[in-house]
Parts: sequence; structure tokens; C-alpha cells
Amino acid sequence: MTITLPGTGTTEVRPVGRAADGAGGRARKGRGGKSGKAGPVTYTVLTLTALVSIFPLYWTVVAGSHTNAELAASPPPFLPNASLFDNFAAALDQAPIGKAILNSVLVSGAITVGTVLFCTLAGFAFAKLQFRGRGLLLALVVGTMMVPTQLSVIPLFMMIADLQWVNQLQAVILPTLVSAFGVFFMRQYLISALPNELLEAGRVDGASTFRIFWSIVVPVARPAMAVLAMLTFLTAWNEFFWPIIALTTANPTVQVALAGLGSGYVPQQSVIMAGTLLGTLPVLVVFTILGKQIVGGIMQGAVKG
Amino acid sequence: MTIASQSPAEALVAAPLRPAAPPPPPRRRRRLSQNRWGYAYVAPFFLVFGAFSLYPFLYTAWVSLHRTSLSDIDGGTFVGLENYRNLLQSEFFWNAARNTLTIGVLATVPQLCMALGLAHLLNYKLRGRTFFRTVMLMPYATSIAAATLVFAQLFGRDYGLINTALEAVGLERIDWESGTWSSQFAIAVIVTWRWTGYNALIYLAAMQSIPGELYEAAEIDGASRWKQFLHVTIPSLRPTIVFTIVVSTIGAVQLFGEPLLFAGNGTTSGGSSGQYQTLGLLMYQQGWSNFHIGQAATTAWAMFMIILLVVGLNAVVGRLRARADR
Repeated sequence: MTITLPGTGTTEVRPVGRAADGAGGRARKGRGGKSGKAGPVTYTVLTLTALVSIFPLYWTVVAGSHTNAELAASPPPFLPNASLFDNFAAALDQAPIGKAILNSVLVSGAITVGTVLFCTLAGFAFAKLQFRGRGLLLALVVGTMMVPTQLSVIPLFMMIADLQWVNQLQAVILPTLVSAFGVFFMRQYLISALPNELLEAGRVDGASTFRIFWSIVVPVARPAMAVLAMLTFLTAWNEFFWPIIALTTANPTVQVALAGLGSGYVPQQSVIMAGTLLGTLPVLVVFTILGKQIVGGIMQGAVKG
Repeated sequence: MTIASQSPAEALVAAPLRPAAPPPPPRRRRRLSQNRWGYAYVAPFFLVFGAFSLYPFLYTAWVSLHRTSLSDIDGGTFVGLENYRNLLQSEFFWNAARNTLTIGVLATVPQLCMALGLAHLLNYKLRGRTFFRTVMLMPYATSIAAATLVFAQLFGRDYGLINTALEAVGLERIDWESGTWSSQFAIAVIVTWRWTGYNALIYLAAMQSIPGELYEAAEIDGASRWKQFLHVTIPSLRPTIVFTIVVSTIGAVQLFGEPLLFAGNGTTSGGSSGQYQTLGLLMYQQGWSNFHIGQAATTAWAMFMIILLVVGLNAVVGRLRARADR
């Protein structure tokens, strides 16, 4: 995995915008890897892969913008059509997608804020503070990445049932409020990005540890926090297993609403596709704007969230 | 960003993490104050983690020893290992375990091979490289639910585009959903579609950190491009490859959303004859369709055991290979 201090090494996909700028410093290709010129075969294979990557999304638009009858025609349509908004209306009628999007924004936003804050705090402590049991606690954090979600949903469900939280948004926010990956990610970043001299200087000036965190650690950590925020938001938006259990279509997130779309008596493919498109559109827009940074973040983090 | 100074694979598999280089030895009083603050900083994480992960994790084991119904979750009868006995004698469990294995192999082996090849191509000097990388990551940004609904449509029996295409080239239509192999293949395609680009980027990041001198030396020795790939790139990527295998396997054992939504209507049986029911789906069915929470907890533990087994196997194989290389 790339080991470069932020800022060192010329970035080749330097993320534009301040967000991931510092964290975008990555090992540069140059001599740091094999780098012959790409031939026509390479371009062909990559273009085909790109097409396969995009096609299902494109097909969502095509299928979502026709009537069912048009879809069944032979040959099938390959261009978007005018029925898109009718299908949108039908999908909104069939599943509370508007509410779901609002809920998903709330849930993913809250999870992102909590995760970034708590993971930066813990990552800083693991990177720079001495305390007994630090190694053991960190091993515990890393070890939890192996535990499948399935192992905790049953008691979690019992817990939220006791608290009368079934169908309440806090039921899906609270358990996801921290991430082991995030702690590890922030620790790795701060170890190298935060010079000990800076902390010492703060201490000499008599700043409290809390003050040091806000005025020294957070500014240095900001690029990594931005990357973690993007990855967390994306993961939270797409979270499926636990929301399916904790929520119903009465108060769904987008994924719960989508799962409910197909369960009508006569599932209409075009309406399902229009609903899928509605629920996916927000992430696709975000991805179009921040795609470069997300690519950079994944290549630095290189751990499946 | 450092990750590889302690490669994630090592971190995950071998777990012992050395703390970073300690700051210059402070005087005793300062160390004490740092001590206290360290706990304060990690406290929020561990509070949430303890309440919503560690406690449920352990409590699942306790639940698995009870006959507990979803409608009466607090009252259950202690039955010892009965749930485990039932599980091991249940044909549904073995069916789901088999399906999880075959779908897992179908979904991860080609996926990781393709990702490796794509990373190799992406590592060339390339026009539009950012475009290719971003587009390949788009499936990763698409949710399981959205991806599965679209692919269920594409694999549809009557009007699905894939069958239309098969027919157009003179092949027979396939009833993807009802066949065992065809449905498992289709589900593997969904997983592969979502994760190949992501893993390609991980491999690419690792490839870019291989020192150029290694290739120069290989070139001086007259090694062909292919030989260089085989004898320089692959060995240097080994920790990353192990890491992706472990992570993909963990994902495969937990496979749930794709089989749940593949028929379109969220049935938990995984097809009319359970032909694509996975362990994750079986657990959900036991708990939330059959209301037998204790049995579901048992299945969850079985899944965890399988993951431990795979991760342990990987660690052993990795260690043996490392020894053989020495």
C-alpha cells in the first residue's frame, strides 16, 4: 500500500479542492512502479470495463423511463424516453422514497459527524498519547473488523425493542456511530502527519490537552477527516442489513424503501427502476463531484470499510 | 498516509500492533497526565463500541443457548447446545453453507483475478486515467439494493436484456432465477460488478509503491514483461492480495442483500428450493420469518467460526510461504 507522507511525492491524481488535498499525496508512479505506455489493447480492455461499470446504471435510466409494455418490446429500447416522470410519480406513490431520502441524509449525516469526531479522538490517542493498555486496546479495535454484523444484530434488536426504538432513526444511527476502520485510518495518518515537536510546543505554551486537540491536532488531521467523512457517508448511505431489521417501510432509509419496492402485488419493472434511480441519484451526484477524492481516499486507506 | 508500514493484512491477520515510536521520555508527572487523557480520548469510541458491538457480540452466544422467540425475546428457555445440534442436523444449514461456499468462490476468485489484471493496466502511462479510475469505482458507490434490483431486471426470464441478447446470438434463453447454478452465477456477477473496481484500486495503490529498482534489476536480467509481472509484481503484492482475500471472504460469508432481493420481492427462502439461500439469509429467515431468535444466533456464531477458520488458514498459509521464501 502506498506509503507517502502527505505532501511529499508529486501527486498524479491530485484531488482538486481543499478537501482531500493533503491526504492526496501519494506515491508517484514514475519509478515507483512499472510504467510503460499503454497500448491499444490496454485502452480497449479499460474502455470495455468502463462500459460494463456504467451500463447497469445507464439501464436504470432507460428502463425507468419507459412503460412496461415498451420494455417488453423486441428489440428492447436503448435510449431514455419520456415516461421517466410518470414512473417517478408512480414509484413515489408506491414507496415513501422522498421521506426515505430525507431520512438517509439525516442518518448518514449523523453517522458521518459522529464517526469522524470519535475516530479522530481515538486515533489521536492511539497515535500520540501514552497510556497503559494502549497496544491491547488497539488490537481489540483492529480485531473487531473481523466480526460480522450478523453476530450483533440479535441482541441489538432485542435492545431497540426494549427501548421502543423499532422504526426510529436513532436505532440505525447509534450502533454505527463509530468505526474500527476509522480509528485505524486516523491513527495511521496522525502518526506520520503530526510532528511530536508540535505537540511539545503546545505543551510548553501551557495549552491543555483538550486545547491541543482542537488547535493543533484537528487542523493537521483535516485532510484525513475529509476522506474518512466521504467514505463513511457512502457506506452509511448504502448500509443494508441492520436498517432492514430495525426499520420498516413506514419510516425507511433509502435502502429499506428500495427493498420494499419490488414487493407490490404486480411488480412493475419500470416503476422499480425509476425508484431505484431516485434512491441512487443523490450518491451518484455526490460521486460525480467528489469521485476523484473518493478514489484517492480508497487508495490511501485501502481497507474495506 | 501510512497503512503499509504495518500492512493492513498483517494488522488484520497477525494482529499484534506495536504502538508507534513513543514520544521522547517525558517526566513522570507529564506521563501521568497523558495517561489520563489517553483514556478520555478513546472513551467515546469504546463506550459506543462496548454497548453496540462487544456486548451484543457476547450476548449472541448466550442467546444461542436458548429457545427464544421473537415475540417474547426476554423470556427464553435455556436449552444448552440443542440449537447447535439442530443446526448441524438441519439440511437447510448445509444447503445454505454449500451455497455460500459456491457463490463465494464464484464471486471472489474471478473478481480478484480481474482486479489484478485491471490494476496492472491502470498502472501504465494512460490518458484519461482519472476517468477510468472514477468510472470503475461507480459500482462500489451503488448500493446493494439498487445494484440487485437492476441486475434482477437484466437477468429477468421473459424481458431481461441478457436473455434477449442470448437469443439474438442464437442461444437459448435461461431461467436464471430458478436454476441452481444460473442463479448463483447471476448473484456472483452482482458481487463481482460491485467490487472489482474497488479491489483494482487497492492493487493499483500497492503496485505504485513497488520500488522501481526491482523492475530495473529484472530488466537487466532480461526478464520479459510477463516475467516481471510474475516475479516482481505478484510477490510484492502478496500482503495486499492476502488482505483482499481475507476481506472478500468475510464479505462472502455474510452475503445477504443480493440473494434477498434477487427475486425482486424480498423472500427469505432464497428461491423456491433454496437454490441461492446463503447463511446470512438463513439467519434472517430463522430470526425474522420463523421468529426463532435462538436458532438465528446459533447460525450467526457458525458464520463467525467459518470466518475465523478462513482467516486462520490464511495466516498459516502466509506464514508457511514466508518461511519457504526465506
